[in-house]
Amino acid sequence: MTNLTSMTMAEALKGLENKEFTSVELTQKHIDAMAQAKHLNAFITETPELALKQASESDKRRAAGNAGALDGIPIAMKDLFCTKGIRTTAASKILENFIPQYESTVSQNLLNAGTVTLGKANLDQFAMGSSNTTSHFGNVISPWKNQNSNNLDLVPGGSSGGSAAAVAARISMAATGTDTGGSIRQPAAFCGLAGIKPTYGRCSRWGIIAFSSSLDQAGAFGRTVEDAALLLKSMAGFDPKDSTSADLPVPDFAAAITGDIKGKKIGIPKEYRIDGMPDEIEKFWQQGIEMVKDAGAEIVDVSLPHTKYAVPTYYVIAPAEASSNLARYDGVKYGLRVDGEDLNSTYENTRAEGFGDEVIRRIMIGTYALSSGYYDAYYIKAQKVRRLISNDFENVFKECDALLTPTAPSAAFAIGENEDDPVKMYLNDVFTIPASLAGLPGMSVPAGLNSDGLPLGLQIIGRPWDEEMVLRVGHSIEKAANFTAQPQLTGKIAA
Amino acid sequence: MSLTKKDVAKVANLARIKMDDAKLEELAPQLSNIIGFVEQLSEVDTDNVEPLASVVDINLRLREDKVTDGGYQKEILANAPDSLEGYFVVPKVVE
Repeated sequence: MTNLTSMTMAEALKGLENKEFTSVELTQKHIDAMAQAKHLNAFITETPELALKQASESDKRRAAGNAGALDGIPIAMKDLFCTKGIRTTAASKILENFIPQYESTVSQNLLNAGTVTLGKANLDQFAMGSSNTTSHFGNVISPWKNQNSNNLDLVPGGSSGGSAAAVAARISMAATGTDTGGSIRQPAAFCGLAGIKPTYGRCSRWGIIAFSSSLDQAGAFGRTVEDAALLLKSMAGFDPKDSTSADLPVPDFAAAITGDIKGKKIGIPKEYRIDGMPDEIEKFWQQGIEMVKDAGAEIVDVSLPHTKYAVPTYYVIAPAEASSNLARYDGVKYGLRVDGEDLNSTYENTRAEGFGDEVIRRIMIGTYALSSGYYDAYYIKAQKVRRLISNDFENVFKECDALLTPTAPSAAFAIGENEDDPVKMYLNDVFTIPASLAGLPGMSVPAGLNSDGLPLGLQIIGRPWDEEMVLRVGHSIEKAANFTAQPQLTGKIAA
Repeated sequence: MSLTKKDVAKVANLARIKMDDAKLEELAPQLSNIIGFVEQLSEVDTDNVEPLASVVDINLRLREDKVTDGGYQKEILANAPDSLEGYFVVPKVVE
């Protein structure tokens, strides 16, 4: 039998359909891999028994001819999606024992498609971070090793670090993520995966633990562009329970991958050539440009003049919304309570003990930016700059069909690096944040290795609702780059 | 703009997060650094620019004004740290 943990999701679906193996067999192999790769700490809660039960039900459905679109495929669910009866923590102490009484729309959509849940993937606490080092449940370790200093553990990126590590380590066939400022695209780049954040409004946010409501969007990780497209298709769709969910039909994303980008105009934004960008990133970007050119696309130089203000804009808006969203954790309705002498001190004790350092930092920044006397200077100002950033994109999309940029300014760094200065860590998302602020679909595709043998990703940004173009260009780069490298630490099973 | 320990204490109070002196000392320079970083936004000319609150042109939908869901008292209280006879229990608020 072929190696069940190394095949793509698309191949596994064919194998299941052709009765080459069952979902129980496929799932068991992934559960074994999960046990082998436990030291990566990719999961906060593993659900192997549930997975096997779901797999066996899937096999029955398939036998009865009722298989869903992704029936029997074992996946990892970022622990930010509420899952009924399964602990959901947002990687926080304050929700350490929270058991949702309802299912998020995205995870319900996937259950309807027949997926099998291996567990709840680790993440940065409340999705705040770019390295998966802010989780209350410990760091996630990337399955990749730096070839020139392989004693160091590397970050998988963040915030969806557990999801990315699980898929890269061949523990999980695909995984859900959420992306507020790059939390799918950056870990996808660091772990050598395809990761797509669709247009804001494409996936319902109902039941996703809120960080920054005007930016949060669910998306998908796969080892191939096709797998990411297949997962996204089953996650997406209109949901009346989310007032920002779009009442639009969901295209067949996988079908958009035609391999043909001939005559398409690909914009190269000059402002993404930032000061201090390593030469190898610049060279790698140039290679990407050559790849789409060779595929018949036309390269257009474009300008997004407000790019340099995207990160500071984000670090007003996201913390402001977070401070408002996280006000709900008061030790009364759910979550941790640390009693004080009165109600106010109960709130204060609970929140001081329940939130990690980065979460507290962001709540503080947000509270400050929203406080009386500063609201106009920071929050309204940031919302105005946000409009200018969004207008920049609108203008360039008059001249081109998609944009091509690096996903991150570096490859994965060692755990502990960039921790001395929060702003340094924030700049990791310099290329992903602008599209988030404009609500645009963006995807990272693995397209090569750096001199340390670590994956690098290229980002494709598209027009609103045009995930199909993003996937099409992504697939064409995937084909040209022929990225076949695998991480060193996988959940490989002897025999 | 540099935040003093006193400023941080005020914000911590607004955010209802208990902080001892050491934490205030630690946060003051960190927050000042972040605020200093975001202050570069003041360079941008935003005269006559409308603030952008939502990126997606979706009109908020209205639904019919009738009860469509509910009756989840048990579920709502299921994760409460303390509850009694269908209520959340909090420390005494009034004397």
